[in-house]
Amino acid sequence: MGLKIGVPSKGRLMDKTFDWFGARGVTMRQSGADREYAGVVEGIGGVDLVLLSASEVPRELAAGRIHLGVTGSDLVQDKLADWAGQVQALAPLGFGQADLILAVPLAWIDVDTLDDLDAAAAAFRATHGHRLRIATKYHRLVRDFLTVRGVADYQLVDSQGATEGTVKNATAEAIADITSSGETLRANHLKALSDGLVHRSEAVLYAARAAAWTGGEKQTLQVLAGLVGVTLPDGT
Amino acid sequence: MPSPAAIRAEADRLFAALRETGAEPVETDILQPAGALLDLYGEDIRARAYVTQDPIRGEMMLRPDFTVPVVQMHMDHGAEPARYCYLGKVFRKQDHLSPRASEYLQVGYEVFARDRPAEADAEVFALFARLLAPLNLRPATGDIGLLLAAIQALATTERRKAALARHIWRPRRFRALLDRFAGRTPPAPSRLALLDRLATSDPEALIAAAGPVLGLRTPEEIAARTRALVADAETPPLSAAEAATLDDLLALSAPAGEALGHLRDIAVDMPALTPAVDRFADRLAALAALGVDAEALPFEASHGRSTLEYYDGFVFGFHADRAGWPPVASGGRYDALTAVLGRGRSIPAVGGILRPALVAALKGAV
Repeated sequence: MGLKIGVPSKGRLMDKTFDWFGARGVTMRQSGADREYAGVVEGIGGVDLVLLSASEVPRELAAGRIHLGVTGSDLVQDKLADWAGQVQALAPLGFGQADLILAVPLAWIDVDTLDDLDAAAAAFRATHGHRLRIATKYHRLVRDFLTVRGVADYQLVDSQGATEGTVKNATAEAIADITSSGETLRANHLKALSDGLVHRSEAVLYAARAAAWTGGEKQTLQVLAGLVGVTLPDGT
Repeated sequence: MPSPAAIRAEADRLFAALRETGAEPVETDILQPAGALLDLYGEDIRARAYVTQDPIRGEMMLRPDFTVPVVQMHMDHGAEPARYCYLGKVFRKQDHLSPRASEYLQVGYEVFARDRPAEADAEVFALFARLLAPLNLRPATGDIGLLLAAIQALATTERRKAALARHIWRPRRFRALLDRFAGRTPPAPSRLALLDRLATSDPEALIAAAGPVLGLRTPEEIAARTRALVADAETPPLSAAEAATLDDLLALSAPAGEALGHLRDIAVDMPALTPAVDRFADRLAALAALGVDAEALPFEASHGRSTLEYYDGFVFGFHADRAGWPPVASGGRYDALTAVLGRGRSIPAVGGILRPALVAALKGAV
C-alpha cells in the first residue's frame, strides 16, 4: 500500500497545492479527463493522490483512510474534536489565508468589542425573550472562542452559505464567517468586531495519527518530507 | 475502572442508603427538551450534551443532569417540603480524547424546603460525607451567595452590579469587568471614540448615519444601550478599597473556622455583607450539630465558580487525589434555578450527586 495524500479536488486550493508540491519537485496532476477525481504523483514513488472535497479531508484524516491531507486549518479545527489529538500539522503551506471573524450590523454603533457583544446579547435576550442569534457554519470554533472569552446569552444558528445575508433576512442578529476581504461585509452593511478574530486560517499539510504507518508509509513520508523541505516532528 | 456490574451494585447501595433517609425515589425521562437546557446553560451545553432531533418535539437532549428535570417535576406538582433521590445514567459528550466516560451513573439527592436553609445545606453535605467516609476524600466547600452579596454591597450602579452578578460563573469576563469598573483598565479606544461623537450628536443620528438597521435589534435598543454607555462613562470607578475587598474575598481560601473570622473582618468594611456572613456561620453551626468538623472544613470563596452556573449559595465537592478525575461527589444550593424553571414560583433548594463508578473504583483500590 502506498502513502495516500488527500488534496482538494478543485479550485484554487487544488491549483495552489499542485503548485506548492510542483515547486519542490513533486508533480501532482489529475489523470485523465478534467472531471475525473483520480490523480498521479511523479517525482517520488509509493505516493497515491486522492482528490477530495476540501471539507472531506478532515474526516478522512480522522478515520485514517488517508495518511496526509491538505486543507484549511479552519476546517480541521472546526470539524475535528480535539483536532491535535487526531492529526498532526506538518507544515503551513502559505496560501489559502482567510480570517474567521465575528460581524454585526454597521448600525450597531454601540458594539465594537466582545465586551459590547456580550452586553448587547444580555439586553437583547431580556427584550426579545430569546438569545441573540449568530449565524455560522463554524460551530465548534465559534463556540469555543466565545466560551473561553466568557460571552453569554447567544445562540448559534446554522448557515451553510450566504451567511452575510442572514442578518438582512432577520434569521440572525450577527454572523461568524470566513472573509478574505472586508468587501462582502460592507456590501451587506456589516462590520467586524475589533477583537472578534476567531481563527486565522490557511492551508496546512496534516498527517493522520489514525492511519496505518506500519508498512513502508513512514519511509515514504521521510523521503517526501526531505524532497519538499518539511521537518517532521520527533517520533514521526 | 470496575466492571459495569460492580458499578451498578455500588449505585444500588448508595441509592438504598438515600432511600433509607426517607427521600422519595423519582425517575425522569432520558430524552429532555433541549430548549430549557439551552436557555439555562447557553450554547456551551451543546459541547457537552448529546443533541438529537425528534420529528414532533424538535430538539431533544440526552439527559445531561437530573437536577433540571427533578426541579421541573417538583415545580409542577411537588408537595413541600420535599426530599427526592434518584439513580440513573447521564450523558456527557467528551470533546477530547480522554478516559472520561460519556455515559455514567449518577445517584443524587435533592431537598426542597422553605425553612432553615442552613440546616438543609448541612443535611446534604453531612449525608454525603457519611456515605463517602471510608474513602478518605478531600472535601471542598464554597459559597456563591457570599460573592453575590458582596456584589450587591458595592457602591455602584445597579447596571454594573447586574453585569458582575451575571458573570460570576465566568471568572475571566468577571475579572475584565471588575478591572474596568475599578478603573484599572482603560475603556476600549472605540468606546472613547463613540463617547466623543455622542458629545455632539444624538445616538439616533449616529445610528442612521452608520447604516441600515438589520435584524431584530431595533434602533431604540441600540440607542438605549448607547445612552447607558454614556451614563456608565459618567459613573465614578469603584473605590480602590472596595475593589481590594472584593479581590480579598475572591482569593479567600482557608479552613472554614478561620475563613469565618476573615469574613467578619471584611464585613466591617462592607456591612451589607453581614447577612451572608451570618448565613455562613449558621451553616457551620448546623454542620457541627450533625457531627461534621466544620471549623476544619476547607473553604474557598471561588469554589464552584467555573462549574455549573445554577449554584447560587453553598457549594461543595468531594475529591479523590487521582489525576484527571472529576469530583467523586458534588452539589450545592440553587434557589434561583427554581425561580427560572418555576414560571413565577420558586422554592429554596439544595442537592448533590455521587458518581458510583468512582466510588466503586476507590473501594476496589482500598
